[in-house]
Amino acid sequence: MKEKKKTVKTKELTVSLGPQHPATHGVLKLVLDLEGETIIKCTPYVGYLHRGVEKLGENRTYFSALPLTDRMDYIASMNSNVGYVNAVEKLFGIEAPERAKFIRTMVCEMGRISSHIIWMGTHVLDIGATTPFLYAFRQRERILDLFEMLCGARLTVSYPRIGGVRNDVTQEFLDTLYEFVLEFPSKIDDYETLITENRIWRKRTVGIGIITAQEAINWGLTGPTLRGSGVNYDVRKFAPYDAYDKIEFDVPIGEKGDCYDRYLVRIGEMRQSNEIVKQCIEKLPLGPVLADSPKYILPDKEMILKDMEHLIHQFVLIIKGPSVPEGEVYMSTETPRGELGFYFVSDGTGTPYRMRVRAPSFIHASVLPKLCEGHLVADAIANIGTIDIIMGECDR
Amino acid sequence: MEPLEIAEKVKDKFPNEVSNISEFRGQATVTLNKDKITEICRYLNDAPDLYFNYLVDLCGVDYLGKRNTRFEIVYHLYSLKHRHMIRLKTPIAQSELYTDSVVSVWIGADWYERECFDMYGIFFNGHKDMRRILMPDDWEGYPLRKDYPVKGHEKDWSGFLDVLSRAKRFKNFEWHK
Repeated sequence: MKEKKKTVKTKELTVSLGPQHPATHGVLKLVLDLEGETIIKCTPYVGYLHRGVEKLGENRTYFSALPLTDRMDYIASMNSNVGYVNAVEKLFGIEAPERAKFIRTMVCEMGRISSHIIWMGTHVLDIGATTPFLYAFRQRERILDLFEMLCGARLTVSYPRIGGVRNDVTQEFLDTLYEFVLEFPSKIDDYETLITENRIWRKRTVGIGIITAQEAINWGLTGPTLRGSGVNYDVRKFAPYDAYDKIEFDVPIGEKGDCYDRYLVRIGEMRQSNEIVKQCIEKLPLGPVLADSPKYILPDKEMILKDMEHLIHQFVLIIKGPSVPEGEVYMSTETPRGELGFYFVSDGTGTPYRMRVRAPSFIHASVLPKLCEGHLVADAIANIGTIDIIMGECDR
Repeated sequence: MEPLEIAEKVKDKFPNEVSNISEFRGQATVTLNKDKITEICRYLNDAPDLYFNYLVDLCGVDYLGKRNTRFEIVYHLYSLKHRHMIRLKTPIAQSELYTDSVVSVWIGADWYERECFDMYGIFFNGHKDMRRILMPDDWEGYPLRKDYPVKGHEKDWSGFLDVLSRAKRFKNFEWHK
């Protein structure tokens, strides 16, 4: 009897992954051309939010544009705020006091931890594990509670100010934060016990979405996505801002540039961030938290209530904005996702003539075809998660 | 290398292309003619002492009513090896809304150029996929131009009307009808 020849027939298929898929962050759409289960072409579509942050920024004063930056990277709004105020300070030519710099560094690293935690939780959830997701949110809630204690807001914090920060930290805040810092390394150990050597996790991430160091630089990748490929570039080390030049920390680097390396880099960063926060608490100097530069800085709240001149001064700064020197600056900071840069063109008025945001998520989303093509559909999910994009920042 | 030193070096190499060098807050800006932008970028990327291997950012600026040449493309370049930075600017006249693409030098320029086209309507020659990126394909107007109103045009976007009419059509199939 003749044996029947068994063949599996496949045909090319085009599938839209997202924007409703939970792994695509709400608005990202990938159009995948498939042959069987293999992706032969991937076309990302990012434009669904249309926040218009740049346009809005060009129609507001430097002070009133700050809350817009909260809404860009809503997972780490503190980091976006700090990036914005640093760029504006560079344009104004002013400097925040030492204590404010340490506080900003501290809150930035808290933002990084909370962002990486939520990244880890949702990334492993995308791939199929639920427990680390629940573990992750427990610690994230504690950081959000600390933010609430600091400034009354949990997500859209708007805490940093041009020339410093809104208010000083309390001793109660510092004590609670220190407790968190002492406890947190053991929590990272817990996450690692669950994930790092997990066989399913390794099968899903090792060797997936490889991007070499040379390619990563040429694409313009930054942050853990770049460092996962073995490139030692961190804005905190290369062009230190705030108090980073007074803090000792290492920059975790990957080797192969696959999903697993990017995961390890972020885990390493959480440990380093924890150390940075600890050092900031220990080294926190005394002094004011807002620069003494009346031309550019809003006057003290108490003085506004007492003195008419201060009230008028505040009114002018808010409505008209300060008189800024004409010129242009670019200043970048290291957010959890990578290099967040602000480019300002000033025409001498209180409103930026051009406000440009160099968002890391935007450029990271552009590399998705490179990461996904040739892999299976399931690997696209791992790749989207591993580059850690936030669509609010991508489509500003 | 100091920013002004880099700027002078570019001027020495391309004396006819560089029209201005300026400095503000320790950052140097080199204004260039747009004609040889790809060649200049290739040089900046390849020269061993400059080695600008990382395109930080590429964006447009609209100087409507402020300057004779309305648009500018701004490139921010960084060298990961030498840790120095430079800003290049190429003026683009409204009558010639195009320039050459630098994707062949830094592949990361791909989406930046698409965004610039989407927001300002400046076309990049040599770009293989010059489509809108943030706005829908059939969107009219360029939102970051200074003459584009903040709240958008009064007229509804045709795509929105399409969605509304489709929703009306699909209402017949709703289960609670």
